[in-house]
Amino acid sequence: MPSANITIWRGDDDGQYEKYEVEYQDGMVVLDVIHQLQATQAGDLAVRWNCKAGKCGSCSAEINGQPKLQCMTRMTEFEEGEEIKVAPLKAFPLIKDLVTDVTYNYDKAKTIPFVDLVQPEENDVRRMAQIDIERVQEFHKCIECYMCQDVCHVIRDHPENQDNFAGPRFFVQLASVAMHPLDQNAKADTVSHGFGLEYCNITKCCTEVCPEGIKITDNAIIPMKERRADELYDPLRALGRFINNLKK
Amino acid sequence: MVSVESHDYDVLIIGAGGAGLRAAVEATARGCKTAIITKSLLGKAHTVMAEGGMAAAMGNVWEQDNWKVHFRDTMRGGKMLNNWRMAQIHAQEAPDRVLELESWGALFDRTPDGRILQRDFGGHRYARLAHVGDRTGLEMIRILQQKSVAEDIDVFSECTINQLLVNDSEVNGAVGYWRETGELVQFRAKSVIMATGGLGRIWSVTSNSWEGTGDGHSLAMNAGAEMIDMEFVQFHPTGMVAPASVKGILVTEGVRGDGGTLRNSLGERFMFNYIPPMFASETADTEEEADRWYTDKENARRTPDLLPRDEVARAINSEVKAGRGSPSGGVYLDIAGRRDADYIKRRLPSMYHQFRELAGVDITKESMEVGPTAHYVMGGVRVDPESAATSIGGLYAAGEVAAGLHGSNRLGGNSLSDLLVFGKRAGEFAAERAIQMDHSTLDKQQIEEAVSRIAKPFESEGTENPYTVQSDLRELMQSKVGIIRNRSDLESALVEIAQLKGREKNVTVSGTRRYNPGWHTALDLQHLLSMSEAIAKAALEREESRGGHTREDFPAPSDEFGKLNIVVTLGDSDEVNIKREPLTEMPKELAELFKD
Ligand SMILES: Cc1cc2nc3c(=O)[nH]c(=O)nc-3n(C[C@H](O)[C@H](O)[C@H](O)COP(=O)(O)OP(=O)(O)OC[C@H]3O[C@@H](n4cnc5c(N)ncnc54)[C@H](O)[C@@H]3O)c2cc1C
Ligand code: SF4
Ligand code: SF4
Ligand code: FES
Repeated sequence: MPSANITIWRGDDDGQYEKYEVEYQDGMVVLDVIHQLQATQAGDLAVRWNCKAGKCGSCSAEINGQPKLQCMTRMTEFEEGEEIKVAPLKAFPLIKDLVTDVTYNYDKAKTIPFVDLVQPEENDVRRMAQIDIERVQEFHKCIECYMCQDVCHVIRDHPENQDNFAGPRFFVQLASVAMHPLDQNAKADTVSHGFGLEYCNITKCCTEVCPEGIKITDNAIIPMKERRADELYDPLRALGRFINNLKK
Repeated sequence: MVSVESHDYDVLIIGAGGAGLRAAVEATARGCKTAIITKSLLGKAHTVMAEGGMAAAMGNVWEQDNWKVHFRDTMRGGKMLNNWRMAQIHAQEAPDRVLELESWGALFDRTPDGRILQRDFGGHRYARLAHVGDRTGLEMIRILQQKSVAEDIDVFSECTINQLLVNDSEVNGAVGYWRETGELVQFRAKSVIMATGGLGRIWSVTSNSWEGTGDGHSLAMNAGAEMIDMEFVQFHPTGMVAPASVKGILVTEGVRGDGGTLRNSLGERFMFNYIPPMFASETADTEEEADRWYTDKENARRTPDLLPRDEVARAINSEVKAGRGSPSGGVYLDIAGRRDADYIKRRLPSMYHQFRELAGVDITKESMEVGPTAHYVMGGVRVDPESAATSIGGLYAAGEVAAGLHGSNRLGGNSLSDLLVFGKRAGEFAAERAIQMDHSTLDKQQIEEAVSRIAKPFESEGTENPYTVQSDLRELMQSKVGIIRNRSDLESALVEIAQLKGREKNVTVSGTRRYNPGWHTALDLQHLLSMSEAIAKAALEREESRGGHTREDFPAPSDEFGKLNIVVTLGDSDEVNIKREPLTEMPKELAELFKD
């Protein structure tokens, strides 16, 4: 059996990297090696996982500096004997070892409006064409791994922005509500709240790490930025808003 | 007495899969102060992994479909051991639950006229599964999660319940610990809903995550609830088999629903040799007819590749035993020869991805190697079909932890619809009870017992590693209480389970209470062990083969056992007791449906 040289962050903020040598079988992924380590050398090693098949988004970590799902990173990606460094996501407060406190994301989820769909025609069900739902189905593929949140410099390098910035994962969710073919109110919400869209300078780092291949920047962020610009600067709409404000 | 963080709720829901979330939405809508507790983060329960779809007789693809056909398929799939009333309610209410999910934002794949598309699955007469590609569970959990957030329901994430509290023979609370800090937390509630999912981790080859340790089954049984059908475990016929590290990961039945076929190492479509008499009249007996069935349901009979799961799992097992398996001990599942690459990638994107990334196999060009994997438990807490109430006051159960709907074998797609139908009902009836009553007092002694049990692995003098005990149990159950069983294996398994129980008492853990998986594994062992015992005992009692229970020494179904449930309860000195109870009889108008 080949053996891996794996270096893992142990402990909380005051912790340190520790080196381990673990035997592994062909076909294993990094998460298998971590499990092997738990079972034999480090019983209290903290790691999150559920599906082991890239479907739940629990096992995100930074592997050799890259945000990755541990369950989808095969050992064959590394040379034999190569040092593999596994660290927790950097953008979120550390709890222990590979587990971080992702509360920020769950708090942001609370700010995204819920869909409000038009009623179906009488004696009928809601009808939607496949072609009209496909772009929103792309957004629904999100497994909430939060790796896009982790790499976005607005969050990673400037924690002070977090209050005003929902982050790429939630731009995707917002877009899925705003672009739902039968939703009747969310478009307005993107304008009135903004969610920090203006902080995003389209670096596309989020899109690059998305394990679901969601084109976060091109398909969610840019169309919403454009829509927001249209609504804010369109003279007719501006007049409409002016009149609405008068009514209030 | 240590001080423990404490909370009061009208309705406390243990579990944040589809069943728990749907129950929470309902209880909240009825005005109850409601909390959801989950071992993982919100949105990561097994429900997120469900692939193929949700069964509901909406008749969008085949208008001949209706609840009676769905009811009949469900009962026959369960070999008539199902609670007929649950099967009836499920078939009648599933379409409304699917449409409700759509009204909350779910985007199912569409028919050409804009309605919800339905796909073929094993044991279902018509294409019946509402789906989103092969990630239907993700859609379900995300929509319910967003709905719960919109309703402002309290969620206790990464919090594990370790004991139910009982007062005057009624459940009135629970004690658990925060995984992050290891601190204890207690809840007082007027109604408690168990929605903890299954127990696949009992076997070494499984599609289930670390969470599937049967906690809810075991907590309910400890609190005095009756369990039924524990001998019935579904081994899904198609799990991945290679490489070894991915063994057990699920391959959706949707592959076969969309045209995939099973073949042995000789290239034969062996399922034609395993058509049981019960399904012979509705199953194709030539390849030509089977192939035609995908597009002509009226004049052709269904392909045997889509027989109920128990039949297919046993057939694969026999082929491998007879030496006609694949190199890694499975059989071949092929869709590349039948469908073009675009179709496969559009209908089965996550299977395409999973095989490419984890096995280096391109399913649009090559066959997959597959074999059975422990997937779902039909047995669980006995519930009232209308209200989801268990046999003890104050406790309700819904989803995989509850029993009755699926009888001895579950049809694919009937779980996701089960979660919504009975999750909603559990929420409704738990709320109704809560609204009518006041809080009762918690029993301090039970809390203290829980507190010391939870701390024990740190204080133990023993030397057993919890991971080793867990893996030894899983190997044992895999080899002796697996797909094919017999008396001597079951008896020796029970002896070994007793020995493992002794080892469990000597388990010790290192580190602190802070996010310590070794400690969590140690605490889950009690559930795994008591459920393993319950399953082995029930399996020994049922001397016949039916659905998810196959006895080598009693290979045929028996009329006697076909009329009864095995009921499991915990005795006063924690021994597992078994009794037989007759099924309730189906009313005449429903029995008529099985006449032909
Ligand atoms: C890979 C896979 C694919 C599947 N595909 C399909 C499909 O296509 N169609 C279909 O109908 N079915 C499918 N199933 C089955 C179906 O997904 C499950 O049966 C169903 O999701 C179970 O839902 P649930 O709500 O009962 O529990 P789960 O979704 O398992 O959730 C259980 C919840 O309980 C919590 N919990 C457990 N113990 C405790 C405790 N002690 N304290 C606190 N919380 C606890 C967990 O954290 C979790 O939140 C599939 C299953 C798997 C594993
Ligand atoms: S494109 Fe925008 S949201 Fe994405 S990483 Fe860059 S700044 Fe962040
Ligand atoms: S959008 Fe992609 S990267 Fe971001 S959380 Fe979702 S799946 Fe992960
Ligand atoms: S464990 Fe689910 S994505 Fe890795």
